[in-house]
Amino acid sequence: MKHQLSQLKQLEAESIRIIRDAYSQFENPVMLYSIGKDSGVMVRLAQKAFFPGKVPFPLLHIDSTFKFKEMIQFRDRFCKEEGLDLLVHSNEEGRAAGANPFDLGSRKYTDLMKTQALLAALDHHKFDCAFGGARRDEEKSRAKERIFSFRDQHHQWDPKNQRPELWANYNARVNPGESVRVFPLSNWTELDVWQYIRLENIPIVPLYFAKKRPVVNRDGMWVMVDDDRLPLDGEVPEERMVRFRTLGCYPLTGAIESEADTVEKIVEEMMTTRLSERSTRAIDRDGDASMEQKKREGYF
Amino acid sequence: MDIDQFLNQHENKSLLRLLTCGSVDDGKSTLIGRLLYDSKLIFDDQLSALHADSERIGNAGDGEIDYALLLDGLKAEREQGITIDVAYRYFATPKRKFIIADTPGHEQYTRNMATGASTADLALILIDARLGVITQTKRHTFLVSLLGLKHIVVVVNKMDLKDYAEDVFESIKADFEAFSSELDMPNVTFIPISALKGDNVVAPSKNMAWHAGEPLLPILEEVDVAGGINTDDFRFPVQLVSRPDLNFRGFAGTIASGTIRPGDLIKALPSLKESTIKRIVTADGDLDEAFAPQSIMLELNDEIDISNGEMIVHAENLPHISTHLEASVVWMTEAPLKAGQTYIIRQTSRTTKAKVSDLNYQVDVNTLQKHPTEELQLNEIGRIILTTHLPLFFDPYIRNRETGSFILIDPITNTTAGAGMIERHLSDDKPASKSTDRREFLWEQGLVTPGNRAQRNRHKGKWVLFIGDESQTHKLAKDLEYKLFNKRLQSYYLGLSNLSEGLEADIGDNFWDREEHIRRIGELGRILTDAGLIFISSLERVDDYDLTRLKALNSPNELLVISIGECAVDEKHIDLQLEGGGTAEERIKTIESELDRHTGLPEYNI
Repeated sequence: MKHQLSQLKQLEAESIRIIRDAYSQFENPVMLYSIGKDSGVMVRLAQKAFFPGKVPFPLLHIDSTFKFKEMIQFRDRFCKEEGLDLLVHSNEEGRAAGANPFDLGSRKYTDLMKTQALLAALDHHKFDCAFGGARRDEEKSRAKERIFSFRDQHHQWDPKNQRPELWANYNARVNPGESVRVFPLSNWTELDVWQYIRLENIPIVPLYFAKKRPVVNRDGMWVMVDDDRLPLDGEVPEERMVRFRTLGCYPLTGAIESEADTVEKIVEEMMTTRLSERSTRAIDRDGDASMEQKKREGYF
Repeated sequence: MDIDQFLNQHENKSLLRLLTCGSVDDGKSTLIGRLLYDSKLIFDDQLSALHADSERIGNAGDGEIDYALLLDGLKAEREQGITIDVAYRYFATPKRKFIIADTPGHEQYTRNMATGASTADLALILIDARLGVITQTKRHTFLVSLLGLKHIVVVVNKMDLKDYAEDVFESIKADFEAFSSELDMPNVTFIPISALKGDNVVAPSKNMAWHAGEPLLPILEEVDVAGGINTDDFRFPVQLVSRPDLNFRGFAGTIASGTIRPGDLIKALPSLKESTIKRIVTADGDLDEAFAPQSIMLELNDEIDISNGEMIVHAENLPHISTHLEASVVWMTEAPLKAGQTYIIRQTSRTTKAKVSDLNYQVDVNTLQKHPTEELQLNEIGRIILTTHLPLFFDPYIRNRETGSFILIDPITNTTAGAGMIERHLSDDKPASKSTDRREFLWEQGLVTPGNRAQRNRHKGKWVLFIGDESQTHKLAKDLEYKLFNKRLQSYYLGLSNLSEGLEADIGDNFWDREEHIRRIGELGRILTDAGLIFISSLERVDDYDLTRLKALNSPNELLVISIGECAVDEKHIDLQLEGGGTAEERIKTIESELDRHTGLPEYNI
């Protein structure tokens, strides 16, 4: 018998090890759940890490109030079926004040309803460890991210002062108020994620699959009219076969025209179009290195 | 091939983790960019963004793509034009998936290279064909050797700027082999390339048809990666204990090395209690066999108390269990390491306190000289003795990377202060110490005392060690032996190369075995001088630390160090410095008077 694991099995084993390691070292961990495909994979890995027991920490979803309706429906059904403990947090002051991306702009809105909401939730529950589904291959500034990424009392990430990370000896020491973001999927690529979803039959939000949906064209980006809060300046939504490569707030997430309605077709499309996934997110277009800026501020 | 086959193939690829090390401007980022580009995994929009960036801050010149811009992630670095932290890159070919740890070439970032090397199976060492082997090349090679990488590919880049000349490549190869022989490197592969032009990166170079070997990418695709994992010693550090209900208790962890099967007899550490494996549990069903690096849960047939941070091993194959160990350490933080300080140590799944009981020396990575020191500064590498609060379960790093490695955490700042590689264990009942007090205390003497011998011989036992210019030391040492012998003194010359097939047949002639080499010679000196001899020898490549050790090992007897010509040791260790010139006769006279001054030859005094 050849004692060698395939690359995907190696990634799975490494992720399980990271999740168990963090759970054993921290006092009060939480798993950030974005409802996206990477979150789906991360949750499955957590279930495997503790099998036959249950996932021993809660999931936290930051509801920015402009998520796709289908995402919220999927979230509630998935967590109920899988017996997961779900926490949902929104910036209630922002919601009361009617915060929206149209008046505030994507940067200000995201900071208020995602970043600030997340930080408030982490502070409120005093979590010292937050698992995130980020991958290093997603975006340039993430290539240097640690697997255990230290955040100070203000949840700031200092790229110049990261803790060295050697072998699989992760440093989980923090003082009160400080925390660590743990990224079990650091070494996965987008292709790995899709293959794992296919292999493991992991349920994902139907928005990833192509379907006729009502959209309007905004600066070359197809925006879905998910509810009546999207201001239409004389535009008439049209029905197009579209799908989403990433999921977030519907006014900020562009759809792509596609016929791909299975995982296999999505991968085929991905390999042929070679359009990297973040190109459909408005947030990356706010100037060069904007993701790095947001990370320093506490968002990821 | 359809998409199903494509995905299944992707899933079942092997994985190679590689480290790239190079200096500023030797084209490392360009090479990685080229690998990513040529393997066609750079997505189109990243490419179009790249074209825009190249026009603004690129260094490649008009119209050319600056591949390096694909890599430098952080804004500040991009504007300085240098990479300053470890970045991880991903690409795949139909045969294999690759993870590249891209590390900077700057002197102050030794820690980043050690970080990248710690998870890598293979190192790419870049050399600029215009500059050849430089100090940084030596430093990188030393670190790669220290971190125990099994595969090394030396890439001589920018061959296009040297007209693709074979003799340029051959001469760099010879230089590299000359200095790396000291480091006990595994098989090293050399490739001449031009990353910018694409020669020998993916396809064979037409410009360098004289090079018979394969291009870089095929080599990376074919290297055997399985060799890096220890398959012999089953080590299972327990991460957590799972008790979902009263009927199940499982020990979760990742196999660090070796294999395990149901029915295997195991021991739990540190309790040494025995049991057998009942089941190997995973979410995908029970396994008949599991091996490193699988993450599994073990259920035992007996109720044994095992906690997080303890270890399960095969009953007949135990690691060292000890609170004392000797280790090499790379220091990674501003506050220096000092003997007497206490840190938090994290090794496998275990956390405890560790006190640095001794700081033996610091290694100058440029010259491989060892220097006794009081402090180890940021980016310095040294050898330490640790005493831990709880016992650790470990193997030497060279045998097992997983159980032989650790990090030291500063208890005040919580930062990762040091990275350690365990060299050997030191038994608990013989606490580690550089002093030879214990040996002397237990030394058993016959009926003849050293005083009796000195009276009979007309001199004390003494060690005369020649260092420095090898073309002169051997000859002079033998002349001295002969001269003293003719004066009826008990002189004895020993050629230390005589030991290599005898007393030292089990150790190598390289940097890593140097410590043991010195220990054996030192102990030998202690015995021969105790026997009353004037023991004469000459030693090559000595440094300050070697001389400090030899003096300590030979004590209470005296060591006289005679240096000839240039020698890279502190003059405080040298008793007599002989310059070039003078006849052999005159030189022996000078040495004799020095012996006299040290009262080594009582006949002249009485």
